[in-house]
Amino acid sequence: MLIHLPVLQVIIPLLAAPLCLFLTKPRLVWLFALIVSGLAFLISGLLLQQVMTSGTIIYDLGGWDAPWGIEYRIDRLNAFLLLIISSISTIVLIAADTSIRKEIPADHHVLFYILYLLSLAGMLGIVATGDAFNVFVFLEISSLSAYALIALGKDRRALWASYQYLIMGTIGATFILIGIGLMYQMTGTLNMEDLSKRLPEVSQTRTVFTAFAFLIVGICLKLAMFPLHLWLPNAYAYAPSIVTAFFAATATKVAIYLLIRFTITVFGLSFSFTHFPLQLLFVVLGLVGIFVASTVAIYQTNVKHLFAYSSIAQIGYMIVGFSMTTMAGMTATLLHLFNHALMKSALFLALGAVMYRIGTTKLTHFQGLGRQMPLTLAAIVIGGLSLIGVPLTVGFVSKWYLVMAAIENGWWPVAALILLGSLLAVVYVWRIVEMAYFKPALAGTETIKEAPLSFLIPIWTLILANIYFGIDTRLSVQVAQAASMSLFGVTP
Amino acid sequence: MWMLEIPPFLPFFIGALIAAITRGILRNVIMLAIPILSGLHLWMVPEGIHLQFAFLDYQLITYRADKLSLMFGYVFHIAAFIGIVYSLHVRDTMQQVAAMMYAGSGLGAVFAGDLLTLFVFWELLAFTSVFLIWARRTKRSYDAGMRYLIIQVLSGVILLIGTLFYASEKGTLEFDYIGLDGIAGWLIFIAIGIKCAFPVAHNWLTDAYPEATVTGTVFLSAFTTKVAVYTFARAYPGTELLIYIGAAMTCFPIFFAVIENDLRRVLAYSLINQVGFMVVGIGIGTALAINGAVSHAFNDVIFKGLLFMSMGAVLHMTGKMNGSELGGLYKTMPKTTILCIVGAASISAFPLFSGFVSKSMVMSAALETGHNWIWLMLLFASAGVFHHAGIKIPYFAFFAHDSGIRANDPPNNMLLAMFIAAVLCIAIGVYPSALYSLLPYDTGYNPYDATHVLAQTQLLFFSALAFVWLNLRGMYPPELKSTNLDFEWIYRRAFPNILQRVFSVIWKTDTAIRQAFLLKLNQTLTFLSRINKGTSNLLSHTYPAGSMVMWVAVILATYLILSFIH
Repeated sequence: MLIHLPVLQVIIPLLAAPLCLFLTKPRLVWLFALIVSGLAFLISGLLLQQVMTSGTIIYDLGGWDAPWGIEYRIDRLNAFLLLIISSISTIVLIAADTSIRKEIPADHHVLFYILYLLSLAGMLGIVATGDAFNVFVFLEISSLSAYALIALGKDRRALWASYQYLIMGTIGATFILIGIGLMYQMTGTLNMEDLSKRLPEVSQTRTVFTAFAFLIVGICLKLAMFPLHLWLPNAYAYAPSIVTAFFAATATKVAIYLLIRFTITVFGLSFSFTHFPLQLLFVVLGLVGIFVASTVAIYQTNVKHLFAYSSIAQIGYMIVGFSMTTMAGMTATLLHLFNHALMKSALFLALGAVMYRIGTTKLTHFQGLGRQMPLTLAAIVIGGLSLIGVPLTVGFVSKWYLVMAAIENGWWPVAALILLGSLLAVVYVWRIVEMAYFKPALAGTETIKEAPLSFLIPIWTLILANIYFGIDTRLSVQVAQAASMSLFGVTP
Repeated sequence: MWMLEIPPFLPFFIGALIAAITRGILRNVIMLAIPILSGLHLWMVPEGIHLQFAFLDYQLITYRADKLSLMFGYVFHIAAFIGIVYSLHVRDTMQQVAAMMYAGSGLGAVFAGDLLTLFVFWELLAFTSVFLIWARRTKRSYDAGMRYLIIQVLSGVILLIGTLFYASEKGTLEFDYIGLDGIAGWLIFIAIGIKCAFPVAHNWLTDAYPEATVTGTVFLSAFTTKVAVYTFARAYPGTELLIYIGAAMTCFPIFFAVIENDLRRVLAYSLINQVGFMVVGIGIGTALAINGAVSHAFNDVIFKGLLFMSMGAVLHMTGKMNGSELGGLYKTMPKTTILCIVGAASISAFPLFSGFVSKSMVMSAALETGHNWIWLMLLFASAGVFHHAGIKIPYFAFFAHDSGIRANDPPNNMLLAMFIAAVLCIAIGVYPSALYSLLPYDTGYNPYDATHVLAQTQLLFFSALAFVWLNLRGMYPPELKSTNLDFEWIYRRAFPNILQRVFSVIWKTDTAIRQAFLLKLNQTLTFLSRINKGTSNLLSHTYPAGSMVMWVAVILATYLILSFIH
C-alpha cells in the first residue's frame, strides 16, 4: 500500500468525483468529499514524511519504465506542495456545506462537490507527476472544473468572470502545450527528468527558445503575474466564497510550482537565467506587481476584490524571491507559498462567513461589524496582520526570509521596497479595521449574529496555524529549506 | 527564585484583559493592584537574563534585567501606578485597556534583550497609545492620532529594516551597544530618533499629545520618549552626534513653547526640551553623564507627569486649555495650584526639587568633558524651561488676569495621584542618594555643593526677571497687552518697542511660512490622491478579454524578441 501512495494521492479524489453522483444527498456528498480530501491530506502527510527521511520517491505508473511510461516523481518540493493543497482543501471544505447553501442553488450542490474534487485531483496531479504532457492534462482537469466552479457564483457577473478566466486560462494552457510540444519535437521525450538531460544538447536552437518563451508566458498567465493578472480579481470576487478560499490558497501556488519546476529542473538555471534577462524582468515585474496591486487594493470597495488584488501583490513577493536564483531566495518563496496559503484561505473563509451573514462583502457593509461578528472580524484582523507581516504571524517569517535573502544578494533597494510594500498592506487592512470597529453599525443590521460554528472552526484553525507557524517555524522552514536545497542540487 | 521568569509586561497585559471584561470597583482594584504587585516583584528580581527562546536561527531574549533596564522598569511602574490612580474615575473601557497595554509595552521594550523583541514592543507602543488619543472621540483627535500612528509605525519599520541589516551583518540579534558604523547602525539610530522626537521629527509629539484625553496625555508623556531614551542609552552611549542633536532639542522648543497658547502643548514642547538634556547626557557618554541622563529620565517621568496631571485637572474641570482663556483659578483650585507649582519647581530644577539633582549631573558632565558651548546652550535651555514651564504654566492657568472661571479642585483620585507625584519630586530632591543608588554607575556625585546651588539659583532668578519684564512690557505672546502687573519701575520705552517689532515680525513670518507649507502639503496630498485614484481606476478597470489577450501577445512577443536578439 505504502509504495502506491504517489498515485493514490491523485487517483482517490479523481475517482471519488464521479462517485458523488450516486450519493445524491448534498449533506452526504459533502461528508464524502470531506473524507476524500482528508484522505488526500493524510497521504500527503505520509509522503512528506517519507520524502524527508528517505529522499525522492519514484513511481512508475502501470509498471512502465520512465521515459516511455508516465512517472510520478515526489521530491521534497512536490511533497511540500501536495501537503499545502490537500490540507487547505480539507480545512476549507469543512465550511462548504453551510456556505454553499446560501450561495448556490440546491440542485447544483452535488455538482459543486464533484467539481471541487476534480479540481483538487487536477492540482494534486500537476504537482505529483513527473511527465510534462501529464502536467498539461491535469492542468486542463483542474482548470475546466475551476471555470465551472466560478460560474456557480450567486452574482450574475460570475458567469462573465468565469468566461474571461476560461479564455485566458485556455490561452495559458495552450501556450504551455505549445511549449511542451516544441520541447518534444526537439528531444523526443516528455519525461521531465529526461528532458533536463537532453535539453542542454539542443539548448542553443530557436525552437527551444520559443518553447521556453511559450511555457513561461503560459505559466505566468496561470499564476496571474502582473501584468497578466487581469482575469484574477473578478474570478475571485464573484466565485462562491468556498471556491475563492480554496483557489486563492492553492491555484496560483500550483502555477508557481510549475514555474519553479520548468525553469530550474527542466531547463536548468543556466539556460533559464542567462539566455535572456529573465531575472531583471521578474524582479521588475514582481516589484511593480507588489506596488501596483497593493495600491489598487487600497481603493477597492469590495473586500473580496481588495484581497484578490492583495493576492496579486503577494505573488509579486514570491516572484521576487524566485528571481534571486539563490537558495535563500527560493526558501523564502517556498515559505511564502505555505504562509500565504494559510493567510488567504483564512481571510477568504472569513469573508465567506460575512457573506453568509450579510449577503455581501462590500466594504461599506462592514460598518460596525466588529461588534456584531467579533470572532469573524478578529480573524480578519489577525489574518490582515499576517498579511502585513507583523511578528508572531507567518507573514513575518516569510518577509524576514525574503528580506534576508535580498540583503544576502546585495539587493538593498529591493529589500527596502519589499518592506515599503508591506506598509501599503497596512493601509488596505486598516480600511477594513476602520470600517468594522470605528464606524457605527448600519441601520437595520442589529440582528446580525456571529457566524455559525461550521465557519468559525475552520477559520480559527487556519488563524491559529497562522500564529503557530509564525512562532514555531521548524516544520515550514525546514521543509522549505530542504526543498530549495534539493532544487539546487545540494545534498543536506 | 519565585517565578523569576515572569516578564514585567505580562501582568499588565493580563490586567488589560481583565480590565476589558470587568467594570466598576472591581476593575479599579485590579488595575491598582497590578503595578503594585508587579513593581514589588520587579524589586526582588536580580540582574540577568530571565527568559529566552529560539526563533528562526536566533536567540530571542524577552526578559533581560540589568541596572539600566531595571531603573526604567521601576519608574515605569511608578508612572503606571500614578496614571492609573489619576484615571480611576474614567469609565471608558477602551482607555483603561489601552493604558494598561501601553504601560506593559513600555516595560516589554525596556526589558527586551534583542532587537526583534524590541521591535515588537516598539510597534505595540504605537498601536496601544494611539487609542489614548482617539479616546477623545473628536475628528481632530482622530486625525492627530492617525498622523501620530503613521509616524510611529514608520519608525518601527525603519527599526525593522535596521534590525534585518544588523542581523545579516553581525549574525546576532542581541540588543547592546550598536554605534553608528554601517547602515544598520544608522537606520536604528534614525528609528529611535523619530521616537525620541529629534528636531524636525518632533512634530508627532506636539501634534498628538495635546489632543489626547485628560488622562491619556499623562500616560503618553511617561513611556514613548523614555523608551527611546533608554534605547539610546543602551545602544549609542558616547555618540558625539547625540550631543549636538540633544543640545538643539533643549533649545529650539523654548521659542515655540513661549508663543504657544495651548498649555498642554507648551508642556509637550518642554517634554522635548527635557528629553534633549537626556540625549546630551547619553551623547557625552561618561559615567556621570549617563547617570545624569538616566536619572533625569526617571525624574522627568514624575514631574512631567505631575504637570500634565495638573493641566489635565484644569482641562477636566473647566474644559479650557488656552492660556488666554484661563487665569485666576488659584482661588477655587488651591490644591491643584500648589501641586502644579511643585511640578513647575521640579522641572525648573529648583534646589531641593527632583529636577535639580539630575539635570546638574548632565551639565557638570558637559563641563568636565570640555563641551563649554554645549554647557552654555544647556544653561540657556534651563533658563528657558523655567520660563515657559516653571512660570508660564502655573502663572497663566492659576494667576494672571481673573478669567472669571470658578472651577473646583478635581476629584480626589486626581488629587491623590498628583500628591503622590509631588511627594516623590520633593523626596528625591531632598534625599537624592536613594535615586543615585539605583543608577547604573557609582560616581559619588553630590549635587548640593555651593557652586551648583548658587549657579542654579542665579539662573532661576534672572529667568524669572526676564519673564516679569516681558510680561510687564506687554510683550508676552499669548497675553499681548493684557497683563498688568505692578512693576512700573522697569519701564523703558525705546528698547522694548524695537524688540516688540522684531518679535512681531518673527511671529508673522513664522506663521506665514507655516501656513504656506501646510497649504503646499495639502495641495500635494490632494494631487497625489487624485493621481492615485486615476491610475488605480485605470489599473483596476475591468478589461474585456480582448485587451487581456493583447497583453499576453505583447508579453510573448517581448519574450521572443529578447531571446532571439541574444
